[in-house]
Amino acid sequence: MRAIDTSLPPQRPATKTAEFKPSLLLKEDHHLCAGCGEPVAIRLILEVIEELELTQNNVCILGHGCYGSFIMLMDVDSTLCLHGRAPAVATGMKRMRPGVAIWTLQGDGDMTSEGLAEIMQTAARGEDVTCFMLNNGVFGDTGGQMTASSVIGQRTKNTIEGRDAGYHGNPIQLAEILSQMPGAGYVARGSVHNAASINATRKMIRKAFQRPMDGHGLALMEILTMCPTGWFVPPGEGAEYMMESLGKVYGLGELKDAGAASDDDSDD
Amino acid sequence: MREALEGSLAIARAVAMAKPDVVAAYPITPQTHIVENLSKLVAEGDLHTEFVSVESEFSAASVVLGAAATGARAYTATASQGVLLMSEVLFNIAGLRIPLVMTVANRAVGAPLSIWNDQSDAMAVRDAGWIHLHCASNQEAVDTTIQAFRIAEATELPVMVCMDGFVLTHTMEVIDMPGQAQVDAFLPPFAFSRALDSADPRTVGTLVDPGWFAEMRHSHHAAMGRALGVIEKVDADFAKLTGRASGGLLTVTGDPDARVGILAMGSVVGTLEAGLADFGTEAGTARLIKLRAFRPFPARALREAVAGLDTLIVIDRAISPGLGGIVGSEVSAVLQSMTAAPRVLNYALGLGGRDIPESVYPALIAAAANPLAPRFAVFDADLDKLMPEDR
Ligand SMILES: Cc1ncc(C[n+]2csc(CCOP(=O)(O)OP(=O)(O)O)c2C)c(N)n1
Ligand code: SF4
Ligand SMILES: [Mg+2]
Repeated sequence: MRAIDTSLPPQRPATKTAEFKPSLLLKEDHHLCAGCGEPVAIRLILEVIEELELTQNNVCILGHGCYGSFIMLMDVDSTLCLHGRAPAVATGMKRMRPGVAIWTLQGDGDMTSEGLAEIMQTAARGEDVTCFMLNNGVFGDTGGQMTASSVIGQRTKNTIEGRDAGYHGNPIQLAEILSQMPGAGYVARGSVHNAASINATRKMIRKAFQRPMDGHGLALMEILTMCPTGWFVPPGEGAEYMMESLGKVYGLGELKDAGAASDDDSDD
Repeated sequence: MREALEGSLAIARAVAMAKPDVVAAYPITPQTHIVENLSKLVAEGDLHTEFVSVESEFSAASVVLGAAATGARAYTATASQGVLLMSEVLFNIAGLRIPLVMTVANRAVGAPLSIWNDQSDAMAVRDAGWIHLHCASNQEAVDTTIQAFRIAEATELPVMVCMDGFVLTHTMEVIDMPGQAQVDAFLPPFAFSRALDSADPRTVGTLVDPGWFAEMRHSHHAAMGRALGVIEKVDADFAKLTGRASGGLLTVTGDPDARVGILAMGSVVGTLEAGLADFGTEAGTARLIKLRAFRPFPARALREAVAGLDTLIVIDRAISPGLGGIVGSEVSAVLQSMTAAPRVLNYALGLGGRDIPESVYPALIAAAANPLAPRFAVFDADLDKLMPEDR
């Protein structure tokens, strides 16, 4: 085999042999910060929708957070609802369109702070909807303040000395709580900090769409996403910081799968 | 001391000088810098307060309600959707006659989502029973914030200090910050007459049957009426102390002899003043009325301020769909009793952050000169962008 000479710049520019963006993404560029994990997570979701042939059969309900700007970039039916209320809006849609995959796109601030009641009650009712929580442990969109999911010791704009359990309270581990609820059929936590976790997360996202469609109740798919801006670290250090902070509290993997027995997902 | 400060930082320092016992807030653009600066003051040891980072505006308002009911000095801040989410609590706070202070960094209300400035948020809760004071500059916002605690505590009514989002909150201005000694002299420690105290048990808020509800509402309305005098007196006292008044109920500037008047609330007043200075000679002069107190509504002061005008243009930074302007409708109503009331033209401007350039001044003066000018319009809307039926 001939070794590639790397001492000089390439003689020919690289050839693009394939489209690298999922068809549901309208553009390759976005306005989110360098090193942000949210575009990676959203891309995975869109890829899975395509794989599951749900492109013409899904509606996204977006909460308020940085991910909200993807509403103009995703080629899916969507609506922007009020901060925290997506699971309730999803309920209304699902009841009227039972055959459609209804999914929410929310953040930790949107879901565990402002919207805790909605996600809990929607799970309690056992609605067959898929709820995504992009968890970065901060209100990224408003500049990096503490959310209900910020971890102990985490520095944010309003926990300058670090989150203190005595003063600021403890983080809410929503996935663990929901996994105790009969109405939630699938609860999992993924991450996008490296290639292996991205692959594992993609598999979980598939089930997060399939289980509610099979009538197993609500799916909560939490995804840890990097927010270097809101953590005040350089973009390149986001992944490491995340696994040192959020990663220590929020364990990755499936917490509950009510549909495991009927699993015909031969993807893995 | 005169310093160049961002509006939000100046407000945070003013709040800190009032020494609140409790601050509770939830972040929302463009209020965030105020609260962040407060939490920084706490972290640096310059503000000793119970700082509660809550999970929603609904809770923020409820926390300050609970704190103030025990006799604590309490503060919160929000904007836009946050004001709306708080709205049920805002009625509760006012109905219970709980004195506290809230900054509203005025922002449009969705849908469609907009993070930019107008005053739809404060207007949406105008009937909650709060005192509403609108600030035209960051200096006024600082001074009004300090005054607001005294007004609230004297009237036992909550006070909303409105400052235009971004235009004021995120803008640097040279501000004369009062000293702590001045503020201490102006604002004695809060002694709430109805504070919950287990040594002397009482109930704040209960179910009221039809035999009492009307009287409660009437007494709230009467207290608002009395607040007119308190707002004026507190501003006069502040002026004695600092040499700076903040605009009482309203202020009249510009050309006192002009036959055209323009009334506005908030930072647009500064734009109109600059417009008058730059275009006045050519376009014609105007009397400018800066309305600071929107609730209670200063009907009498307003009638005096407009006396002699042929046309009064009222600027609204929000609309009531199906009616038109809100401030404009209220102004028209209170001018009814005048023998020679001016013609009122009511124009909404700068909705959802639409820039209001100085050149709006000659355009408004031209409208006043036009006998066929519409009574209400979204003045700066580009109707060509719309479907024909919506124009
Ligand atoms: C009622 C209400 N309060 C506050 C806001 C302001 N707000 C917009 S986005 C956001 C933070 C969202 O945080 P998160 O869901 O964690 O998303 P991230 O930006 O971190 O992706 C907040 C507080 C709002 N839109 N509505
Ligand atoms: S603030 Fe954080 S979540 Fe928002 S775009 Fe930037 S990195 Fe992403
Ligand atoms: Mg977040």
